[in-house]
Amino acid sequence: MTRAPLPYALLLALLAALCFVLGAISMMVGPGGGPAEIMAMIARGDEDLAWMMIGEVRLPRTLLALMVGATLGMAGAALQGLLRNPLADPGVVGVTTSASLGAVIALYTGVSMAFPLALPLMGIVGALASAAILLMLAGRGGMLTLVLAGVAISSLCAALMSLALNLSPNPYAAAEIMFWLMGSVTDRSMDHVMLAAPLMALGALMLMLAARPLDALSLGEETAASLGASLTRTRALVIGGASIGVGAGTAVCGGIGFIGLVVPHLLRPLVGHTPGRLLAASALGGAALLMAADILIRILPTGVELKLGVVTSLIGAPFFLWLIFRARAEFEL
Amino acid sequence: MKLEASNISVSARGRTIIHDAGLSLSSGEFVGLIGPNGAGKSTLLRALLGLTPRDSGQVALDGADFSAMPAASRARAVAFLPQDRRVEWRLTAHDVIMLGRYPHRSGFGGATAADRDAVQRAIAMVEAEALVDRPVSVLSGGERTRILLARALAVEAPLLLADEPVTALDPYHQLHVMEILRERTRSGAGVLAVIHDLALAARFMDRLVLMEGGSVLVEGPPAEVLAPERLAKAYSIAALAGAHGGEPYILPWSRL
Repeated sequence: MTRAPLPYALLLALLAALCFVLGAISMMVGPGGGPAEIMAMIARGDEDLAWMMIGEVRLPRTLLALMVGATLGMAGAALQGLLRNPLADPGVVGVTTSASLGAVIALYTGVSMAFPLALPLMGIVGALASAAILLMLAGRGGMLTLVLAGVAISSLCAALMSLALNLSPNPYAAAEIMFWLMGSVTDRSMDHVMLAAPLMALGALMLMLAARPLDALSLGEETAASLGASLTRTRALVIGGASIGVGAGTAVCGGIGFIGLVVPHLLRPLVGHTPGRLLAASALGGAALLMAADILIRILPTGVELKLGVVTSLIGAPFFLWLIFRARAEFEL
Repeated sequence: MKLEASNISVSARGRTIIHDAGLSLSSGEFVGLIGPNGAGKSTLLRALLGLTPRDSGQVALDGADFSAMPAASRARAVAFLPQDRRVEWRLTAHDVIMLGRYPHRSGFGGATAADRDAVQRAIAMVEAEALVDRPVSVLSGGERTRILLARALAVEAPLLLADEPVTALDPYHQLHVMEILRERTRSGAGVLAVIHDLALAARFMDRLVLMEGGSVLVEGPPAEVLAPERLAKAYSIAALAGAHGGEPYILPWSRL
């Protein structure tokens, strides 16, 4: 029996409730104090300070964790569905590295010093450029062409980032690039949220339009096509949607790994394994997981606050290994 | 309803796979597409459906250009059961069969009562009531074929094209699938199936189309198409033929 153990609407409602609770917690914890300290601030007339901490520090951070997590979860689920491979994640189409490259160029050239939003903007340009190249190269070819082209783009972008690090004028610039690449939602403003939100919404819409065709694709490309699902359109929607959404997320927050890989895995059995239903569930699951990770790094007494991308990889990589071990047992490889 | 293809030619990398082949399928008839390996049977089916690009040729559905119809209309008119029996993920048999309703559904709406009824009818037709809640990935070959056949039947298209629906099945399941398909044609559908088993083709099918080397060699009633000289030319075999209870049988016997 692999029937979904609980009704789909109930699953979504539970995940949404979890996101709400985590969002509320995220607004209340961190440097500067919890609810008691905030109440004390207001009591002694420091409303401005309280508002600054809640509205300008924690709100953008919480919103970004929510949005980026949702985008990564949904994009991972959609790419796994498209490639019919449970090991796919947004990294396979090269969008994470190309967005990072755009941002690194902004840091390296110093444009980001003159105009702070240049960094996310160049990240978005990088992501869109790689999506365009990918669709041009592999738009009509098979899925293997797509993955290989993604790997090639990824490697090229990684090489160019190394080049930027190599040529960086001083250790400080190199350190800045390294820290940015680790991925974080700390110290972002509402400007960042506003920049990323419309692109992420567009990306999510494109991915949702691919939900039904992805279901049909689970019977193979020929059956899907004979049912009237257009492969070319589905591929463009998934690659385009994932690139736009994840590109915007990476441009604003840096590379955050493993959410897009792990979340669809955790939720797949709960939606009866159907790729279409996995999209919305993974969006909510990704949002919850990333907010939880972001709360965790604020609570952990590590002295220096850990970068969010470091924590997700630290949790995600062992999980990934466990997945491989389990898959090996299942398929007797 | 009548699907008619004429002058179909297909080539890949400069090599001709199908040359000037024609084929027709009408409501109520059970047609077999036979021929040796590599004769171009699967390619012809795919070319009919527009899944493989054609160099030339027309496909008409009741006189209208089939290729120019919207994808969903085409899918509602002609269902297809490909040779590829893979089912990704651990989808349940029920969810797989429900995918047959894909061309009838649109947007984000859930399954309608009509969709559920069609799925129930398809499940009943292949007698898969006991399998519906199980993942297709754990089913046996025969069970899987029945589920995928139910998926194609759930489309409830007037015409069904099936690529080797009985290959790799044991005799019980071969007979079962042939009976299901014949039953569909007796209730008005048109079924065209690629088949290698000449005995089943001779016994169950109304008309056979024999392909060889990318062209249609001959078509007609099984007794005519399976004549010794034709089998010798297309397959290089000799066969034993006979009849039992008024139904013909044929048994491939020796290579020539």
